[in-house]
Amino acid sequence: MSTKSQYGEVKDDYHKKIMAKSIAILVVCIILTLICLVPIYILIVNSTHSSNDLAQNPSRFFFGTHLGDNLKTLMNNLPADASKTAKRVAAQYSSTFSVGKGYLNSLIIAGCSTLLTVFFSAMTAYGLTVYEFKLNSAAYTFIIGVMMIPVQVSSAGFVRFMYSLKLINSFIPLIVPAIAAPAVIFFMVSYMKSSFPLEIVEAARIDGCTEFRTFVTIAIPMMKPAIAVQAIFAFVSNWNNYYTQNMILKNADYSTVPIMVSKVLAFDKNIDNGVNYLCVTLSILPIVVVYFILSKFIIAGVALGGVKE
Amino acid sequence: MASAAQSRIKSISYAKYGYMFIAPFFLVYCFFQIWPLIYTFILSFKGNQANNAEWVGFDNYSQILFGTGSSQGAAGVHEEFARALGNTFVLWFGNFIPQILLSLLLAVWFTDAKVKLPGKGFFKIVMYMPNIITAASVAALYVNLFGDSKYYFVNSTLMKLGFIAESDPIQFVAGPTASKVMVMFIQTWLWFGNTMIMLMSGIMGISPSLFEAADIDGANSTQQFFKITLPLLQPIMVYTLVTSMIGGLQMFDLPYLYHNGANFSKQLETVAVYIYYNFNKGTVDQASYGFAGAASIIIFAITAVLGSITFYMNRDKDAIAKKKQRKKAEKQMKAKMKQGGLSI
Repeated sequence: MSTKSQYGEVKDDYHKKIMAKSIAILVVCIILTLICLVPIYILIVNSTHSSNDLAQNPSRFFFGTHLGDNLKTLMNNLPADASKTAKRVAAQYSSTFSVGKGYLNSLIIAGCSTLLTVFFSAMTAYGLTVYEFKLNSAAYTFIIGVMMIPVQVSSAGFVRFMYSLKLINSFIPLIVPAIAAPAVIFFMVSYMKSSFPLEIVEAARIDGCTEFRTFVTIAIPMMKPAIAVQAIFAFVSNWNNYYTQNMILKNADYSTVPIMVSKVLAFDKNIDNGVNYLCVTLSILPIVVVYFILSKFIIAGVALGGVKE
Repeated sequence: MASAAQSRIKSISYAKYGYMFIAPFFLVYCFFQIWPLIYTFILSFKGNQANNAEWVGFDNYSQILFGTGSSQGAAGVHEEFARALGNTFVLWFGNFIPQILLSLLLAVWFTDAKVKLPGKGFFKIVMYMPNIITAASVAALYVNLFGDSKYYFVNSTLMKLGFIAESDPIQFVAGPTASKVMVMFIQTWLWFGNTMIMLMSGIMGISPSLFEAADIDGANSTQQFFKITLPLLQPIMVYTLVTSMIGGLQMFDLPYLYHNGANFSKQLETVAVYIYYNFNKGTVDQASYGFAGAASIIIFAITAVLGSITFYMNRDKDAIAKKKQRKKAEKQMKAKMKQGGLSI
């Protein structure tokens, strides 16, 4: 009898320990989740309050009713009887943060760069894995070698060079360089090595398919999973790329979302806190929405990158 | 199986397609990356602002690194660069340590089969989320929440809770120490999810039978962590460390934008900010390309050293494996020779 109870005790103790540990971990995770989400939540809440309300009581945890007013200020769509100050504020915000233009510019840059990145990286990876040629391994070593060079290192020369080519205030220096993405090529080469049978290329050749057509109609569809993962990361990083965009795009007409946010941040007079929050909310909204739709996919992609590299 | 003749035909007739497929990458890379890099190198030997075209030799380097040189403000130039380098290191170190500890802890917890944690997927998704948000927006978000007066969310809330007096708000943005701590915190906030997922995939690559065996032998989870997880995680940890260091040298958006008003705050100036500020000073043809170029080349040298460390470590494994194979083959050859009585 005594031994039985002893075993029971041990087992209960073990269970209790595991339970206690699980609960402790859960609590820590919930705290971290709050730390991740609360700033975003407060941001969205505050963009629904007017500047006056926020001045009276800045610590607000619940939604207000002034989202429409803030939007009107941002769009410079105030009623005719609005005060002079309000009109000045509205003019300042709407000329700096024009939502539609910002989204459009960011979308053009990020969209085009993403297409170029995935297409040409897949093409380079295909060239490196399918064909045997003299400089093959040298080219691959070069790509791995330059993978970690930071953009900052060449940016002084880049800006000066683009200036001499008269490409300042042009999207070309932001889109065309996307063709050369060493890290994406590295990922795609390792993907192709593991899951692209070369016999299929031979078969296509026997059927009289040209090399380029084999790549476009056979290889690209087979590389879809790798292309999709890399497309998401390329899009996000191009959308978020404040550094290069701010370097090249000096004219307000070409401003992208990150540039507009940084300009709003630099205001030192006629500040409307509610509208400030609204600008930041609008700047992160598209990317957060897309993230939550594709989140499982993205997490899997990050994990894959970790294993591969 | 392709015969020798077939493979010869293959290599003769298709090699040119290989070059055609990789040509666009190399053309674009040389035009937009290699040439600007060489150009930056050239610019680092030229003058600044009005003297842009003048050849000055190593003057920029000596001003930046040692505070000696032609210009009267050389000591100031050196001081600013040294401060930027110091800030870069402090900000990187201050976010890397908490980030790696937190990520490691979470990764171990999330991969522990014994712990029953509901909503693991949800936690991962939420913790990775900050990483995809535009850094410029993150800076704006935190400046708006942590503003220096009682009119901002955090200070106002702390006052209401009675932690600080209304007359004495914490200078989260303008304060020299507080702003650095904030940037470290935000960097950690941005990156811990990413590091966690990387480490998790590393831990999941460890054979579960090792943990089972340790369990049977009576090792507790702390012992398992230090004797199994950590040693086997070493390659991925080194990789994380080096990429984080290279990323730290590039730290720009957050230190550059975390401020009030029109000018970036000097107390957060990193090397990347220093470079950007110098080649962005004044009009495009009158900027301080010399200083920017010299600082870039210094960063390039540091990155090259760090990068070659990882490159060496990655290549090492293959080299060792090849060496083993070669030795094995040699042994077999020798054995055969002995058997057959062959001699060279």
